[in-house]
Amino acid sequence: MNKYEGHSQLLLRPRTTQQVSEILQYCYAGRLAVVPQGGNTGLVGGSVPVFDEVILNLGAMNKILNFDEASGILVCEAGCILESLDNYVGSRGYVMPLDLGAKGSCQIGGNVSTNAGGLRLLRYGSLHGNVLGLEVVLADGTVLDLLGTLRKDNTGYDLKQLFIGGEGTLGVVTKVSIITPPKLASTNVAFLACEDYVSCQKTFAQAKLQLGEILSAFEFLDRYALDVVLKHLDGTRDPLPDSKQHFYLLVETTGSNQLHDKEKLDAFLESAIEQGLITDGAVAQDISQAASFWKVREGVAEAMGKGGAVYKYDLSIPLKDLYTLVEDMRSRLKDSATVVGYGHMGDGNLHLNIMAPKYDNELLAQIEPYVYEWTAAAKGSISAEHGLGFMKAKAIHYSKSTAAVQVMEGFKKLLDPRGILNPYKVLPSPSESHVISEAT
Amino acid sequence: MKVLVAVKRVIDYAVKIRVKADKTGVEMNNVKMSMNPFCEIALEEALRFREAGKASEVVVVSMGGPQCVETLRTGLAMGADRAIHVSTEIPLYPLAVAKLLRAVAANEQPQILLLGKQAIDDDANQTGQMVAGLLKWPQATFASKVYFGDKNDVTVEREVDGGLETLRLQLPAVITTDLRLNEPRYATLPNIMKAKKKTISKLTPEELKVEIKPDFKILEVVDPPKRKGGVMVGSVDELVDKLKNEAHVI
Repeated sequence: MNKYEGHSQLLLRPRTTQQVSEILQYCYAGRLAVVPQGGNTGLVGGSVPVFDEVILNLGAMNKILNFDEASGILVCEAGCILESLDNYVGSRGYVMPLDLGAKGSCQIGGNVSTNAGGLRLLRYGSLHGNVLGLEVVLADGTVLDLLGTLRKDNTGYDLKQLFIGGEGTLGVVTKVSIITPPKLASTNVAFLACEDYVSCQKTFAQAKLQLGEILSAFEFLDRYALDVVLKHLDGTRDPLPDSKQHFYLLVETTGSNQLHDKEKLDAFLESAIEQGLITDGAVAQDISQAASFWKVREGVAEAMGKGGAVYKYDLSIPLKDLYTLVEDMRSRLKDSATVVGYGHMGDGNLHLNIMAPKYDNELLAQIEPYVYEWTAAAKGSISAEHGLGFMKAKAIHYSKSTAAVQVMEGFKKLLDPRGILNPYKVLPSPSESHVISEAT
Repeated sequence: MKVLVAVKRVIDYAVKIRVKADKTGVEMNNVKMSMNPFCEIALEEALRFREAGKASEVVVVSMGGPQCVETLRTGLAMGADRAIHVSTEIPLYPLAVAKLLRAVAANEQPQILLLGKQAIDDDANQTGQMVAGLLKWPQATFASKVYFGDKNDVTVEREVDGGLETLRLQLPAVITTDLRLNEPRYATLPNIMKAKKKTISKLTPEELKVEIKPDFKILEVVDPPKRKGGVMVGSVDELVDKLKNEAHVI
């Protein structure tokens, strides 16, 4: 995204947990700041050194340690690339429980540290549920072995949950144990057109009712997003060239029986059309067509980048208000920028992207803090899945109370008393939070 | 003018094929099946003929077990007017298919018989040519462009090794399609809904008075030999030595 530039002088690529521990012991003793780094695909600058922090890249720790084919439990090192893991378990009849556009480069340790969401959260749930265990190295080099492979283990506080989504500020994830769902034979993808956002919501309600257990993805994009993709991304094809609508939905089902799933999908599409919830749609007839529908949705982020400068916001907003922010922003910015809305509608997650010819502080001032204040007022989250990183390190109070932030700071002090792990990220710096707590 | 399109159900183009452990064939259990891509192109071309006002009816036909109906439904969902299922459990090879198609064509009397140039499972590239021979109709294979003339003829550009060859054929004729002929449409909801009411008529080889004797027996299916990895050599001398004494090329 070309938004953040690091200034580090040293990059380390350990091969073993022991090496990670030694590195951190050394840095802890010398009070040297460290940035843990995975695939470097984060969208909030969480893996970029702000000053001269030592970069601790986990990419060389990419071994798969164990896969139990009976249970689908995978144990691997943090530097394994998500797509490689998906291919590995795929050839054994399983799938990774998460899928995102960056799968070719992102590493599982980074996914865990960001609590990555992605396209299939709707069906398989979040990493908080799918990660069974972690091995983490703490700031002082202590190796914390939480690498369980049990589905259920209620013995004491579930410490791994702190590190899932901890964005590398509480410890460095070195190994992951994760449960993978079985790969089911029947997948269907439909691309649907809706006239307005209200219809999108009703279609979602209908999909949950009629597709229920086989629904595996429910994504949306607006007309502007589709136009950007078709214009800037090679090899993309309009799934509905004869319908120029305002909203598009991508609905995917995954199940064990092709015949049953087709029936359910047909029934859903019929009632959706009869009730006027959708005005048109296309159903993929083979794997290539399904891939080309997905390419349209997955390509939005990349296509936006080619249009110039992009301001990206990843927000959780109550479903009924989700698109109102896009409309408000559009009328607020008028001709100075193109405002695009798309995202994981099934999870209530809006990706608001604002495209302009170049980065411009005046434009930014019109966007922030308006977008955060709007989200806070709607009781949403200013970061649904991307994390806070560097970009939103000062914005946590829009979505979390002072008391909550204070407890978080307590954990940070407990686990990293010298503040060497990924400083300037996630939580506001001590002086700033002091100001906030005084104001309230 | 009626256009008859033959379509085949094959393992989806995007699936990674695995040979069965007993070497009798490829793994077909739980594997996604779809319409052969070249057949899809053939059907798309027929639909465009109809939209251009050159054809009045597009009939799609497929042969084999009950699962063929799924492929025919896709054809109807793309926009074909009606479908014919020639039902049989006997394994079909190109000559048998050609004989059955001849019989169907004799009943339907199409002006154009469209097929994909080959199926992606057997890569035979025989059926179109054989049925043209049996029907004694002119044929244009590997079509990359089709134009209608005004004397009940068509002009077809074919992709051949040396470049493009242009043929003019008197109708009725057989045309087989190549990749660059068109980009098939997606099946959209209005057509998917309409497809449910369209007819799929069922015929058997007996009703068509065609005797099928499998003229093929598959002895064994094996993976191609695994490619050996490359080897890094340490010096030019080592390279020359390997080329001379291992690869025997110098």
